[in-house]
Amino acid sequence: MNLDWQPLWLTFKLAGITTFLLLLLGLPLAWWLAHTRSRVKPIVEAIISLPIVLPPSVMGFYLLLAFSPTGFPGSFFSDVLNVPLVFSFTGLVVGSVIYSLPFMVQPLQAGLESLPNSLTEASYTLGRSKTETLFRVLLPNIRPALLTGTVLSFAHTIGEFGLVLMIGGNIPGETRVVSIAIYHEVESLNYGSAHVYSLVLLVLSFLILLTVYLVNKRLVKTL
Amino acid sequence: MIQIRVRKSLLMASGKTELAVDFNLEAGSFCTLYGKSGAGKTTILKILAGLIQPDEGFISVNDEVWLDTGKNINLPPQKREIGFVFQDYALFPNMTVRENLQYALNGKTDKNRIDDLLERAALQQLAHRKPLTLSGGQQQRVALMRALVRKPQILLLDEPLSALDLEMRQTLQTEIYGLHQSFHTTTLLVSHQLSEIYRLSDFIISLENGKIMAQGTPAGVFGRERLSSKIQLIGEVLSIRENGVVYILDILVGNNIIKTVTTAEEVQGLQPGDQVKVSAKAFNPIVQKL
Repeated sequence: MNLDWQPLWLTFKLAGITTFLLLLLGLPLAWWLAHTRSRVKPIVEAIISLPIVLPPSVMGFYLLLAFSPTGFPGSFFSDVLNVPLVFSFTGLVVGSVIYSLPFMVQPLQAGLESLPNSLTEASYTLGRSKTETLFRVLLPNIRPALLTGTVLSFAHTIGEFGLVLMIGGNIPGETRVVSIAIYHEVESLNYGSAHVYSLVLLVLSFLILLTVYLVNKRLVKTL
Repeated sequence: MIQIRVRKSLLMASGKTELAVDFNLEAGSFCTLYGKSGAGKTTILKILAGLIQPDEGFISVNDEVWLDTGKNINLPPQKREIGFVFQDYALFPNMTVRENLQYALNGKTDKNRIDDLLERAALQQLAHRKPLTLSGGQQQRVALMRALVRKPQILLLDEPLSALDLEMRQTLQTEIYGLHQSFHTTTLLVSHQLSEIYRLSDFIISLENGKIMAQGTPAGVFGRERLSSKIQLIGEVLSIRENGVVYILDILVGNNIIKTVTTAEEVQGLQPGDQVKVSAKAFNPIVQKL
């Protein structure tokens, strides 16, 4: 059996980039949600959580329309940046960020909301800015939430199938991630390769979750 | 001298009230804000600290204007020289005791100050511990010392001793007073503990529903209604029993149950759970040292 390792590598690259972008995007968003008294908060929360309940095919269908060179922001990406969003790795990253957003934002928001307001206030009265307060007081005290958010986003991106299929298709080296490769191998009756890919994903997913639970237990203790 | 004049409409559990206060504090004085919960005490502290914005107001501290809504002056909390001790202490759980104090250091402050403060509060042995491993009294000490690192012009204490037992409270009262004396800060305390107020404060502001009801020395403010040959207690009716022509009432005052005989007329309309005022005239008690 000649196994193509590229889908595995592509999957972890996608999950890694997506998780990194989600940290950058999710942190300010979670901070805003935890502190705002704005009336639009429930609307924003509902939109962020949509990927949890919507079938990936629905998300994928709308994203496909939006990403296409005639839609927005697809036209912007293909015309101005010269990077097409459909059937491309970039498109997968953008799609995955949207798809995994709730898995990053929700733990972070819950973590920030669980901290008493007086911690922030105390930091301000001790002369520290909002940014310093975030990085030196708030984030270190929500380490379990940070870890949960990061790992869940990573794992969720690895587990994507429907969305990737809709907006990425099955282009080797570009959009053929492991979940797609498994489907492809089964369709071609290559059960051997499908077994290997599936087993790798199964073992990895289990190990990731096990680590989260073990480490979180320890983090909570040392805090 | 510290001048405070603020107005803010508040949404309290009891409905809408307007906080409107205007008072001056002498520099170096120890002042207590006294009143029921919901009277606006904590809000005043937070407005002073810049953590809550009033609808309009003016605050000046030793000739420096911190807030003037008319002129659009509003210093952020970071720029106001205050030390704030929160009711829940607000110590940072991720930092050790020493790190909590160091967090307040800025370029100007002398590094030895941390050691001085730790020594002063007898906390050197605990300097490497995380706050959550300390007792309530120790946490309170850390919070106090942390608030003093920046040499604040005003020290704001929001019911700092309410979570402690009586003995610890008395020890810390003495400590707070000592610190106030030696650092010459103006101190503003929120408290509803009369004994605490008498021990510590030079000046009292009594608040009710966001308005100042009385201000002056403790004896001056409480003297009128509380210091006389009469005794007046507020309590809760626990039970009402009929006994022949009279009624026997059990009333809970603080931690003591008082039994008293009343007439049928007095009992009318009373039921267990009611708040009542118990007063006695021509009161001649025996006072003994314990």
